[in-house]
Amino acid sequence: MAPFAIYTILGLGVPTAAVIELAFRSNSGKVTLANVRTVTHGVYRLGFENSLLISVISSVIPGILGLVLAYAIYTSRGSLLKRVVAAASGVLANFGGINLTFMFIATLGTTGVLTAWMSVVGLNPWNHGFNLYSFYGVAVVYLYFQIPLMVLVITPALGGLRPAWREAAENLGASSFRYWRTVGLPVLLPSMLGGMLLLFGSAFAAYATAETLTAGTVTLTPIQIGDVLNGNLISGEQNVGYALGFGMLIVLAVVMVLYILVRRRASRWLR
Amino acid sequence: MASLVADIAAEDVLAAPDIPCVRRRRLLTRFRYWRGIVLLIAAAYFLIPLYAGLRFSFQNDYGHWSLYAVKALPAQTGFGAAFFLSLRLGAVTLGLVLVLMVPTAIYVHLKLPRVRRLMDFVTILPIVIPPIVLILGILHAAPLWLRASPYLLSLAYVILSYPFVYRSLDAGLSAIDLRTLVEASRSLGGSFVRTLLHVLIPNLRSALVSATVLTLALVLGEFTMAQLDLWTTLPVWIYQFQQDDAHVATAAAMLTLVGTWLLLTVIVLLDRSQSRRAVRQGLR
Amino acid sequence: MVDNPVVRNPGEGARVKLDGLVRMFGHTRALDGFSISIEPGEFVALLGPSGCGKTTALRVLAGFESLDSGSVVVDGKDLSQVRAQKRDMGMVFQSYSLFPNMNALNNVAYGLRMRRQRPGPRKAKASQLLELVGLADQASKYPHQMSGGQQQRVALARALAVEPRVLLLDEPLSALDAKVRAELRDEIRALQTRLAITTVFVTHDQEEALSMADRVCVMSAGRNVQTATPVTLYERPATAFVAEFVGVSSRLPVERIGDEIVVFGERCAVRGAEQAISSGTLDALLRPEDVAIEVDPSAKEFVTHRNFLGASTRLIVQVGEISIRVDVRSDLAAELEPGTRVRPKVVSRDVLVAPRMNVSVADVSANGHPAHV
Repeated sequence: MAPFAIYTILGLGVPTAAVIELAFRSNSGKVTLANVRTVTHGVYRLGFENSLLISVISSVIPGILGLVLAYAIYTSRGSLLKRVVAAASGVLANFGGINLTFMFIATLGTTGVLTAWMSVVGLNPWNHGFNLYSFYGVAVVYLYFQIPLMVLVITPALGGLRPAWREAAENLGASSFRYWRTVGLPVLLPSMLGGMLLLFGSAFAAYATAETLTAGTVTLTPIQIGDVLNGNLISGEQNVGYALGFGMLIVLAVVMVLYILVRRRASRWLR
Repeated sequence: MASLVADIAAEDVLAAPDIPCVRRRRLLTRFRYWRGIVLLIAAAYFLIPLYAGLRFSFQNDYGHWSLYAVKALPAQTGFGAAFFLSLRLGAVTLGLVLVLMVPTAIYVHLKLPRVRRLMDFVTILPIVIPPIVLILGILHAAPLWLRASPYLLSLAYVILSYPFVYRSLDAGLSAIDLRTLVEASRSLGGSFVRTLLHVLIPNLRSALVSATVLTLALVLGEFTMAQLDLWTTLPVWIYQFQQDDAHVATAAAMLTLVGTWLLLTVIVLLDRSQSRRAVRQGLR
Repeated sequence: MVDNPVVRNPGEGARVKLDGLVRMFGHTRALDGFSISIEPGEFVALLGPSGCGKTTALRVLAGFESLDSGSVVVDGKDLSQVRAQKRDMGMVFQSYSLFPNMNALNNVAYGLRMRRQRPGPRKAKASQLLELVGLADQASKYPHQMSGGQQQRVALARALAVEPRVLLLDEPLSALDAKVRAELRDEIRALQTRLAITTVFVTHDQEEALSMADRVCVMSAGRNVQTATPVTLYERPATAFVAEFVGVSSRLPVERIGDEIVVFGERCAVRGAEQAISSGTLDALLRPEDVAIEVDPSAKEFVTHRNFLGASTRLIVQVGEISIRVDVRSDLAAELEPGTRVRPKVVSRDVLVAPRMNVSVADVSANGHPAHV
């Protein structure tokens, strides 16, 4: 136990504390609010807004799609299918960054495979306002690991839905729709929320995919932190990077608290 | 059990009382195919990019099929170094993770069940704290001699692997009757170390396998920390090499991907055949 | 249970007729031409070993399983094509069927909610039903806060709230511990009698079936083997399967002389005219209470085991190569230690017989299967 505690404090606690502390220090080491003020304005503020937006988009949409897919797989008969999907989800959920970027450039880039196929039927997405190397391009690519992540998280919860509940509901006159509205979804809701929180965190923190796909041109907070670290910045703003990091931690903390409050309401019946 | 989407859709139709029975039934049968459609779309979404990536890897600039990208790969400047760096980091990380997490997880299950909730919380933190923020802090907090070593990355990857590794170990430990196993072994005179090696680890094999696989996949694919710590691991090399030859870079990306998956499959299959044998022996 | 006017006594339950039900699961026939008719207000138990199709029959009646052939008729109407939610049957499941996200009151009110009853009246009715099952004070508890017995009471109230035409009970007591089970058994029966609701009860526990049901239907391999009152089933089983499944029997090879058989050296009548004795060799099926013993140091038979069961004590007596079970009053069993030589004797008027079973040691266990197989 002790080695684990020491390791965690040194590897996780100390660095996090360092980021928070440095967010409030000037380059010369004096305590200041200047960094924090800087990151709430202008391009840094835009970065936070974009990051929040992309995280909401790529937690809600894949959350719902992931639930539907998980349910389709869960209720299918083939055990092979289930095993293949479980294994594939495990791989894809942790799959991001450079490999994913190249695959999508080859798929939906200007000369990509899918782009070519769609051009044949006159639907070249690039002619209809789509740009893979933009904000929404990044969001589309995020689906690729967000949906499997949701499938992974929600499948055990589906296993907790007892067939007897559905049969009891049917027996008492409930249609499928009303069963889902009154029993199925309320029972799944806490797990759904948990899954979506995970997706939010994963999208909010994602750096590699956005960086490699847009070569760091999309305005997202993690990209800005990377820029600071890589030295691509206005001089005198070194500690702005820590303030950005601190800002990300604050956003995540707020989302966590919201999650806990909502979940408490959604799972009254669990306690 | 029927379906979610189809049920919702079917419900609207069936709720209307004046639709003739024949049509109702036809609608019902049509919605039976919803599962196939969902799976088909999902398969397309996940397989087309894979196909596109592979196709790009095996074509040259003129769109002809060619193995040149794959053949050229080992000879590219820096590839070998990046590849072996990633392998070394993977091995070191894996060793550290197992030595740190296995005894901890067992100890918590056995002696400190009340700490389990705290462990659940602590091990989920690396998901909550973005790696980019973590590396920011680590690069500031680490002593200079450590910052000069690539193995600082391994130390950080151990933290990143907490959620996967602890979760699979936790699941594995919950599935076996740990206390009884340990007490049985101790009552037969086994020391704790012997119990660990000969009783617990064999019983935890599939949990260990999945922890191993997930850790290796994590290390081989990690980009953020490596790039910002300025070490040219395999993903970083691929990203940098993209400007020189996109086909070769994509081929490298796809090969690491396929390699990882093959490794995964082999390990999973190995594990399954062994557990089958165990079951068969148990039945005798 | 409280006397409660909420569930009006309808006076007549529904008449249920299951006819020639066939249900295949892959290549196995879960139901193989199963038929039964159930009178209005009758309590029928479906009894059989696991895999005999009893649960499938109940699920077909509820509408959860489709049929390969056969028909389900309730009050003259064929329901085979009617979906479960329109069948108007109340079902109580084995366990854990309460909706976890609703408290007891809302669980009971669920069926009424589905029938679009207004919140006021449906809450009122639900609380009356909770009172009926003795749980008025638990209305706001969630399922996981209640004991297994309480949960099943709520499930019963939930099934009754919609005033179903038929009440279906799918092993509702099997997950409960013995004391609660016995308690709930009596309550369910009392409630059913009062409401006069046609009830089908699935169980693998013969004691439960015999003590609760008006008639018991013994099933085997998807068929109705015998449907009769508990007394008839016990005393006049139609087949050896029924005889061995219902109650405890010991098989003893016997010799036949005309219409009679010889048991323990004495002539003995064969039970029931319908027990047409086929040609060939016979086994007697001896109930533990059919046999009495007296101590006799010169006898060849002797006691091998003695099990105290409370009021009575069960002895295993070695008769040649065969072990038979004998029940004696416990106060008389004190001297019958294992090893005691005893002389057994048939004390009932007649005994059951069955064609000889081809096993070397015909020790038959309580559920009718040779113990060593």
